[in-house]
Formats: sequence, structure tokens, C-alpha cells
Amino acid sequence: MSEQAGDHQAHDPSWERRYERNAFIVLFVVFVAMPAFIYPRFGSQLLCFALFACAFNLLIGFGGLLSFGHSMFFGMSAYFCAYLAKSGLAIGAIGLKIPPFPVELAIVGAVLATAVLGLVTGLLAIKRQGIYFAMITLALAQMVYFFCLQAPFTGGEDGIQSVPRGKALGLFDLNDPLVMYYFVFVIFFAGFGLIHRIIHSPFGQVLKAIRENEPRAISLGYRTERYKLAAFVLSATLAGLAGAAKAIVAQNASLTDVHWSMSGEVVLMTLLGGMGTVFGPVVGALVIISMQFYLAELGSWVTITQGIIFVVCVLAFRRGIVGEIEAWLRKRRKPG
Amino acid sequence: MNTQALFGQLLIGLINGSFYALLSLGLAVIFGLLNIINFTHGAQYMIGAFVAYFLLNKAGLGYWWALVITPFAVGALGVIIERTMLSRLYKLDHLYGLLLTFGLALIFEGAFHHEFGSAGLPYSMPESLQGVQNLGFMYLPNYRAWVIVASLAICITTWFVIERTKLGAYLRAATENPSLVQAFGVNVPRMITLTYGAGVGLAALAGVFAAPIYQVSPLMGSSLIIVVFAVVVIGGMGSIMGSILTGFGLGIIEGLTKYFYPQASSTVIFVIMAIVLMIRPQGLFGQR
Amino acid sequence: MIVDVPTSSVALAVNEVVRGKHKVFINSGAASSDLTGSKCSPNTVHWTYDTWMLANGTGKAIVQTGGKTWFFITADYAFGHALERDTTEVVKKMGGSVLGGVKVPLQTQDFSSFLLQAQSSKAQIIGLANAGGDTINSIKQAAEFGITKGGQNLAGLLVFLSDIHGIGLDKAQGLILTETFYWDLNDQTRAWSKRFAAANGGKYPTMVQAGVYAGVLHYLKAVAAIKSDDGDKVVAEMKKLPTDDPLFGKGTIREDGRKIHNAYLFEVKKPSESKGPYDYYKLRATIPAAEAFRPLKDGGCSLVK
Repeated sequence: MSEQAGDHQAHDPSWERRYERNAFIVLFVVFVAMPAFIYPRFGSQLLCFALFACAFNLLIGFGGLLSFGHSMFFGMSAYFCAYLAKSGLAIGAIGLKIPPFPVELAIVGAVLATAVLGLVTGLLAIKRQGIYFAMITLALAQMVYFFCLQAPFTGGEDGIQSVPRGKALGLFDLNDPLVMYYFVFVIFFAGFGLIHRIIHSPFGQVLKAIRENEPRAISLGYRTERYKLAAFVLSATLAGLAGAAKAIVAQNASLTDVHWSMSGEVVLMTLLGGMGTVFGPVVGALVIISMQFYLAELGSWVTITQGIIFVVCVLAFRRGIVGEIEAWLRKRRKPG
Repeated sequence: MNTQALFGQLLIGLINGSFYALLSLGLAVIFGLLNIINFTHGAQYMIGAFVAYFLLNKAGLGYWWALVITPFAVGALGVIIERTMLSRLYKLDHLYGLLLTFGLALIFEGAFHHEFGSAGLPYSMPESLQGVQNLGFMYLPNYRAWVIVASLAICITTWFVIERTKLGAYLRAATENPSLVQAFGVNVPRMITLTYGAGVGLAALAGVFAAPIYQVSPLMGSSLIIVVFAVVVIGGMGSIMGSILTGFGLGIIEGLTKYFYPQASSTVIFVIMAIVLMIRPQGLFGQR
Repeated sequence: MIVDVPTSSVALAVNEVVRGKHKVFINSGAASSDLTGSKCSPNTVHWTYDTWMLANGTGKAIVQTGGKTWFFITADYAFGHALERDTTEVVKKMGGSVLGGVKVPLQTQDFSSFLLQAQSSKAQIIGLANAGGDTINSIKQAAEFGITKGGQNLAGLLVFLSDIHGIGLDKAQGLILTETFYWDLNDQTRAWSKRFAAANGGKYPTMVQAGVYAGVLHYLKAVAAIKSDDGDKVVAEMKKLPTDDPLFGKGTIREDGRKIHNAYLFEVKKPSESKGPYDYYKLRATIPAAEAFRPLKDGGCSLVK
């Protein structure tokens, strides 16, 4: 589904490595310096969605599977994290009663639970590809949405409010917006780094092969279903990491996080940024979240603009921002 | 409880099912023949209801006129969409079609929401269909009876045209093997355009049916679109009859759930969808 | 200063943020009575209405005027449950009874099945514990199924003038509801509402919009009185100053942040009784301010000594 810019040109590994390293440095510097230009709180939110988009991109860009239900991982994880951080964990049946979790453990707990959700839904969804896969993920996400609407622990329409931030590692007070920002910064780069390792590992190579030509991969002896499932679970888990971080940043978890429009938004971010590129989703997330923030007063115009961006990207701009930049850079480099 | 109340619920389930069937028809036609997921379906349904509203309030043309004019008007919009945008995507992965129609849905719904707010507009029931019949176990509004009858008629006609007529055969052949059929001198691109337009027209027609009983509001499509997808997926994404039967079936199941365990009535459709996809991924009547 | 915020969940979140930053939050439109109860804050004023007022206003008045048996159609989420629970309590206290109820998932389009259940219960009053599109759909479809013609009455527990405008009088007639403002109550409300309509394309204000205007007006008076816009001080001053505006008349803001004013029980006119757009209500009863809202000591607010 993603058209790798420059796929048909001679592949120069050393140039690719240099490009990635330079782009990464740019990304790192921009994010380190960001609080100087924008509200740290807004920056933290940007980082959460950038991670969400990167997680989503792992599945579509490298696994070739378009999920239309990723909000279930993002949102469910936000709920888990918010609940653990605010109320702890109490299971009456086995007499378990744990007080509210510190931030790191709440995030870890939420991520683990989301991984399980990813495994269960993945087992159901992986059987199909293409449009069918997208539809299944949409249906599963709807079920999660209605579950969240009615389950008592999610607070239904109200969501979970006033999630405490506490101190990271017992030392850094997350109520300071700047400290919060750098905490999320660490989470983002941990997730981003993990994605990078996955893509460049043998596992990532097999995924790419499956995406390009699944029957061939099967004929070479690879159990493609397992690889796709693994990619799905990884993508879901990382989306969960983004969701848990968001719960701490925004100090709430609500139905918007599990609604299918959230799934649509992450697709938009990745499409706009560049599907299948490493840095595209980050750029896409930055653009879309900023647009939502700055155009918020215009109400429905935000929706209309998002629709227009979708249409324009699909018709004329499929490689996305970063994809186009990369294609241009590749054309420019010296041949051979 | 008692059989009287149960019959009442079953009948209501049947009514809703007929509405689901009518609503999913357009989507099933477009997917079955063109392999495009028309995410704009919900928005086109909404536009159909609004066109009916404007025909009544601005042009003085009532419900019966709306039934005839609206599908063509909105269908024409569908033709324009297909010609200018969708046709460019046929060479690509089908998922792009889904994304394009998703984007279009956002544009339409956003624009209508901007213009009309979310409270919606009233559309009065046509006089000839007002009133209720006392069936003993419940009062059946005449309008709802009309919906069942009309929906059955439209569904069966559509199925017949596609599966049993020469035009339908050409359509099916054209989408299975366009180059070969084109070599026979059939204008394949035009058939595709008309098919999309027809599917859109069906969505808008469902909107006209909905206008007197549901609120004519910009968001009316987005709440239903997911259910419609579920119907088409369960029925089998290539099968028109599958969608029709599933529409009716789901309406009845949903009706029973509303009676026995109402809190689950929204989720039951998706649970069934998940189960069907696990046991028979191509849907109940699908072929792939 | 933040004003309006009609969604309860958002309002509760804003309530916390405003408290933390010592700013001012004037809410008009959220239903949750927790804003002046367990979540009360020295920085928040809750204008217009809340679930307690709705339940006690509409519920009590209806039972007093003869509607003794009830059946609830409840939106299955926190707001719906709260409204149903509060109204049930009031109905029982007044000697009425609840014959049954059904919980409906949010954003259900089709209420025919639930209305059928309500019809067969033969309750005099069908209480609609829902809001927005759900209420509109239930009222429209109730008209379709001839509910009022069968002798039952609908009680809209949260309905706004704009909803009635969207439904149309032919379907909404006979509906009983409570609002704390109506444009046609007296000369002052009429004058203000005409100004509002002129500035808003002919749309007449609901109580929520009136609450925003009146709330901001009072805020400005408080700021002028103490010559400061420090959040904590302004809200304290707003509670000290009695309120007086052409929309709600004279009233006060209590220690828990609750604005006190009259509530009015309305019945929706028949089409033949209406002289034009937005002429939709006839007054059935006035609930005096002292009775309209939850007693101060019952809310569980930490600010109340």
C-alpha cells in the first residue's frame, strides 16, 4: 500500500543510513528545543500523538495492513492507565487491593493490558487482508467503544478525570509542565527507538518481504501469519504506550479516545506525513494536532479541512510530506 | 414476558431490518460490483434527507416528489465524485478508495454541520401515510408499514436487475474483467460510473425514507454508517442478497435484544460480526 | 475566565483545571449537580440548571398535577442514570410510583421498541431521561406511534427551546418540561431575546444561552466592584453580590457556587395555539427559587460549613 519513494532507483545503503541519522538528529534537536517555542503542555500532547502515529505506521507502512480501529488500543490504554493511576487495582474475588499506582507502573500496567488486547484482537483480525482487515478492526474498535461507554470503571460519558501525575521515579515532579514534557520526550524516543530497531532487524526485513509479496514469502517457508500477528501486537502495544502517556499528560481518559474518528485521525496523520517512512508519522501528527489546536475556534472547519487533506493526499500526494521530501532527496543524490 | 409484547417487538425488528436492508443496499452494490468501500455512504444518506427537506421547504415539493427526485439529484453528485476522483484510483490499492471516500464524508458532514448545527430540522410525515393501525398487540404506524413494503420492493428489484437481467450481467462481467468486456465494445468506464451513481442514489433514497421518522441532522449518517458496514460484512461483501437478508435478520435480532437485554442492543451487531468473521471470513453469503 | 461548557464530563475536567490555576469558571449548560456538590470549587459558579433541579422541578410538578405512574426511557450513561435516579426519588416521595423503565444505548436512532414497552406499561407519564438527539428522536417517534393520543404524556427531563424548534409543534405538543428561562415570560425577557434573535439570525435563546449572558454580566459587575480579576476574589465577590439581570430577575449565588433562581414548568403548545416561530410554551407552574435547587446542606460540598 505504501509507495516507497525511490524504490525503483538503485538502493544505496550508506546514503540511507546517513539520511536516517541526519533526519534523526534534526528530530531530536527540534524536540529538545520545542518547549522554547510552544507551551510544554501542548508539546507533550504532540509527542503522544506522534508516537501513536508511528505505532500505527508500523502496521501499515511496514506490515501492509491498514487498521481502522487503532483507537481501541490508544483509548483503552488511556483508560487503563488513568484508572490505575487514580484508583489502583481492586479485585474483590481474590481479595486483591492495591492503592493507586505510581506513574511508571500505571503506564507499564496499561501497556501490558493493551498488549493482551492487541493479541486477542489480532488473532481475530489477522485472518484477512486489505479491506476486510480494515473492516474487522473497525468492528472490533466499535465493540471496545460500546464497552467503554457502559463499563463502570471508565466513567462512561464523563470519562476518568483528575488523573494524578505524581513524581516520575519518585524524584521528578510531573506537575511541572516542563518536567512532564521531558518525561514524555523520553517515552517517545524509547518507543521511536524500538520501532527503529524493529524495522531494521531481520524480523523487519521479513515483514517487508511479506508486504511486497506474501505468497512468495510463504513459499520461502515463512509463517507469515505469525509475523503479521507479531507486527499487529507490537503496533497495538506501542499505540497503548502513546495512549497511557496521553492519559497522564491530559490527566483524563474519555470516549473521544476510543471513538472511530480517532482511528480516522491517526490514519490521516500517517497518510499526510508519509506512510511507510520513518519520520512521516511524526510530521503528520505535528501538522494535524497543530491544525486542530489553532483552528479550534472555527468549529466544523477543522473536520472539513481534515477531509480536504485526506482527499488531496489520496489523489495527488500519496507519498505524504516526508515521502515527497525523501523522493526529492534521493533524486538529488549522486548516482551509484 | 407475554407473546403479545413479543410479537410487537418482532414486528418492530422487522421494520428496522427492512430499513437496514434498504440502507445497506447502496453500499452492497458499490462494493459487490466495484470493490470500493464507499465510506461516503452515510453522508450521502444524510444529503438525501436534506434534499428532501429542501424540496419540501423551498420548492414546495412533498414526500412523493422527493422519493423520485432525490436519488437522481444525489446520484448525479455521485457520478461527479466518481468521474473526477474515484476513477483515478482504480489502478491503485483498493484501500485508497476507502480513504478518499472517508475524506469526502468528513467534508460533507463538516460542511452540513457548519451550516445547520446539530439539532437537526423537522420533516413532517406525508399526510397519506399518517395514522396508526390497531393490530391488537400493538399500534403499527402506517408509515412504518409502508417502509417494509417499499424496502422489500426496492431490494428485490435491485437484486433482480443485477443478478437476473442483461444489464446486470454486463455490469458483473465488466467489473470482473474490464479489459475483456471492453474489448467486446461495452463502455466499461461508463457502466462503472453509473453503478456508483446508482449506489449513491440508493443511499439518498434511504435518506428520504428516514426523514419523516428520524431527525434530519448532519450527523444522522455517521451513527448509522458503522452498522451498515457490519450488515454488508456479515452478509458477505460480494453478495447483494446477502446484505438484504442480513439487514432483515439483524433488525429482528436487534429487536429481540432490545426486548430481552436492551443495554446490549448496540453491541450485538458487532459481536455477530466478529463471530461471523471468525467462523466464515467471507461472510454468510460471500464467495471469496 | 471560562464560560458555558455544556458537556458535563468536560465541565468537570475544566472545573479541576480552573481550580488549580485559580481562575473563574461560569458554567451554563452542564447538567451534573456534582459541580456544586462533591466537586464544588471556590472558582466555579454553576448557573442555569442541574440534574437535581430538573428531577425535582419536572418530577414534582408533574406528580402534583396528576401524573402519578411513571415509565422511564433512560439513556444508558451517567447523565441518564442520574436523571432517572433523582426523578424516581422525587416521584416516590410525592406519592407516585414507577411502573418500569428501559435503558437505551446512547445515540440510538430508533426508539420504537422502547416506546412500545412504555405503551404497554400503561403508565400515565413516560419520563425521557435523555438529552439532545436522543430526546428529539424519542419525541418524534412517540408522536408517530400515537402515544399522546393514547392518553399518555411525555415528560422531557432535559429539553431546550431549540429542541422543540427542531422537532416541530405537531410532534412535540403536550410535552412537559422545565426551563429556568423563556423569552416570552415578561417584558424584560422579551426585550433581551429580541436583541439576541437579531444578532443570531432569528434564533431565540434557550436557558443555556441566557445563563451565559447573565453569568458574564454578573462577573463583570463583580470585577468592577473589587477592581481586580483575581479568580478566587472575583468568585467570592460574585457570591457576595446579589444578582439582578433582565433575564433571571433577582437571585443569589450560594457558597457552593450554585446560582439560585426560579424554575418554570412549561407545556408545549398545540400548533393552533402558537402565533409564530419560537412561540412554543405555555406556563403551567412556577417553582420558587428557594425550592427549585438542592438544599445547601445536602450536596456534600466541602465549602459549606
